Amino acid sequence: MKQNPKRRAGHTGHHELGFVRTYIFSQDHKMIARQFLFMGLFMMIIGGLLALIVRWQLAWPETAVPGLGGILKETNGILEPSTYNMAFTMHATIMIFFVVMPILAGCFGNFCIPLMLGARDMAFPFLNMLSFWTTFTAGLIMLSGFFVPGGHAAAGWTSYAPLSAVPEYTGVNWGQNLWCISLFVMGVGSMMGSINYITTVINMRAPGMKLFRMPLVVWSLFITAILLLLALPVLTSGVAMLLFDRTLGTSWFKPSGGGEPLLWQHLFWYFGHPEVYILILPAMGIASEILPVFCRKPIFGYHAMAFSMIAIAFLSWVVYGHHMFVSGMNPALGMSFMVTTMIIAVPSAIKTFNWLGTLWGGRITFKVPMLNALAFVSMFVIGGLSGIFMASTPVDIYIQDTYFIVAHIHYVVFGGSIFGAFAAIYYWFPKLFGRMTNPFLGHLHFWPTFLFFNLTFFPMHIIGVGGQMRRIYNPMQYEFLQHQQHWNVFITYSALLLGLSQIPFVINFFWSLFAGQKAPMNPWNATTLEWSAPSPPHLNWGARIPTVYRGPYEYSSPESQEDFLPQWQQPSVAAPAERRRH
Amino acid sequence: MAFATVLEAPPRRRPVVRRRNGYLPPPPPPTGGGDGPERDPEPRRPFLDNARLATLFLIGGEIMFFGGLVVAFFVLRIAAPVWPPPDQPRLPVGVTGVNTLVLLSSSVLMIGAVRALARKQPGEVVRRLAWAGALGLVFLAVQGYEWARLVGFGLTVSSGAYGATFYTLIGVHGVHVLGALVWLAVVLMHAALGRYADGPTAGLRACAIYWHFIVALWPILYVAVYLL
Repeated sequence: MKQNPKRRAGHTGHHELGFVRTYIFSQDHKMIARQFLFMGLFMMIIGGLLALIVRWQLAWPETAVPGLGGILKETNGILEPSTYNMAFTMHATIMIFFVVMPILAGCFGNFCIPLMLGARDMAFPFLNMLSFWTTFTAGLIMLSGFFVPGGHAAAGWTSYAPLSAVPEYTGVNWGQNLWCISLFVMGVGSMMGSINYITTVINMRAPGMKLFRMPLVVWSLFITAILLLLALPVLTSGVAMLLFDRTLGTSWFKPSGGGEPLLWQHLFWYFGHPEVYILILPAMGIASEILPVFCRKPIFGYHAMAFSMIAIAFLSWVVYGHHMFVSGMNPALGMSFMVTTMIIAVPSAIKTFNWLGTLWGGRITFKVPMLNALAFVSMFVIGGLSGIFMASTPVDIYIQDTYFIVAHIHYVVFGGSIFGAFAAIYYWFPKLFGRMTNPFLGHLHFWPTFLFFNLTFFPMHIIGVGGQMRRIYNPMQYEFLQHQQHWNVFITYSALLLGLSQIPFVINFFWSLFAGQKAPMNPWNATTLEWSAPSPPHLNWGARIPTVYRGPYEYSSPESQEDFLPQWQQPSVAAPAERRRH
Repeated sequence: MAFATVLEAPPRRRPVVRRRNGYLPPPPPPTGGGDGPERDPEPRRPFLDNARLATLFLIGGEIMFFGGLVVAFFVLRIAAPVWPPPDQPRLPVGVTGVNTLVLLSSSVLMIGAVRALARKQPGEVVRRLAWAGALGLVFLAVQGYEWARLVGFGLTVSSGAYGATFYTLIGVHGVHVLGALVWLAVVLMHAALGRYADGPTAGLRACAIYWHFIVALWPILYVAVYLL
């Protein structure tokens, strides 16, 4: 990129923004992306510790949890049933709404969309800043719930009414109210963010960046933004009704006043099913982005990848009933939800086979981002296959609300989204912070995480089919579960080791942030536009926005001197690269 | 390879002249077309400015939000044995019907304001915007008065599904009218300061789209809550 010195001098005004405008109330999409990343990683620590507390209780019921003696003074660190309910409720809520969504949609949405499309910033930078601070406020409200009398929300992350609608049922008063307020505020924040993403993708692309030249991660974030925009308002309306029920005395979900408890489940899952695709689609895009780079091959079936994501997004609206097979539903309706759910396997399989087709015959280098992306693909296959079990009503009636479901969701959300997030963090770290991560620490993080992830969550399938219900306080209370208690102990040991395996990541992250090797402009020899900007980018490019000449995955092209053709490289007249495609 | 390229003439782009966004696109480049990498890609011309596009998507989200509320309302309503419950006060259909006309006429004035903007009559724009906002305020005031009367008759949020649905749906719409009025006030201030006379007018047009949405939402809620 040639940079016009005069134009750059004109932009130096931006350097003179004070500390607050640069680092706190920043309107720069890259700074907002970093803020989302730090917020998500911080919340991940809290959510992870809550998970370990839950695991301790399940393995060694009603023994003192180490380290909790100072907090739970009355019980000397032993979890009471109400505290246990609070722990698993907040683990799920924090992980879904304040870890995966801020990291994948918030951080990488903000970072990748403008940089990969060749835009200087989002369409509405101020709205973008507002979106982060709204989400941040929602996070603070959510955390403040731990400190109110009565404890935090304890009705499960799904907060089924009427358990959640009447304070006396769980004994939680302000905790559940703050849960509702926090999700309401987060809904507003993510609405601002998603409108911004959609407008940016439609209107702000660089010259030559056609829709079907967009990198697949941008496609996935675009579709995610549409799902966010249309799904979250339904939850927002639901939590508003729930909050009114709890505080103003309305009776939307309370049968005593003519309300309908099942209505909450419909509203919640009408949002909830698109939500799981909000969590997984960006990770799918990230894997589609990283696999071609590290096997030096174009993605297999670019159009099929984009269209299958659109198909998944569309289908996600017509399958939500599969969460409610045992809630009381007309069998004909259950049957149609079963069929639509099974149809989702088709676009998902298209994506999986395309990832395999990309790997086939490639020159694979097992760098840390690639390992995490491969873990995403393989774990997503396991999570997807166990999903088919649940999709069929006869099986689901048996495994509903057992640890089989817990295993499934963790294979999809941890094995899928979190490995995708790790892959993205390792892959874009050079561009996010201008420094390379340490590959040794990266391997030291990846291999134990991958191993202990499987040792933690795979046995959950077994105890789930063995009949262990989710959300039970003490499995030893049930005679038919006592013979498999050794599995619970094994899972807890694995979970503790899984937690310890994250320490190399934390060390790597902060060490590389300050002392990592300086990153070159294009460390992975990738073709997409963000690698044409300096690391870390300031105003994204110099005087001229790059022009896009070709699709995003031109690796091992015979037309190039090296083995890749960047999107921004002007083709020679004799090389009709565009015709050869498709 | 190169020889084949010469033989196959690149497909010629048809010179389509379309009116987009109020201005004509520049003529196609003289060197002919094709999507080939030989030519410098043209800069993109968005078919709709950012502000209006974002407003349309905002409306998409709002439709889902109100959709959740209205569907929930119908679920409770159909499940109820008698609706409205016999011991509860009736809703003021007549006054609210007149109020509906007030709100609809504010939308007509908003159309007039945008037309005046296109005809470059800044004074008329300000006057019509002010009237549209004033009618919105009248609507809110009448709604508030009716609420106060209904509470006096004994219909409150806690009086069963009937009161809960009524106050939630109408209240949420009222909050949206209030929000749209704030936006309208900002736009009115900009118009009075002459910002739209020579600059981009997207802000006013986006506000007009949102105002029409809020107005169009009302008859649906009126029919669902008051008439059915």
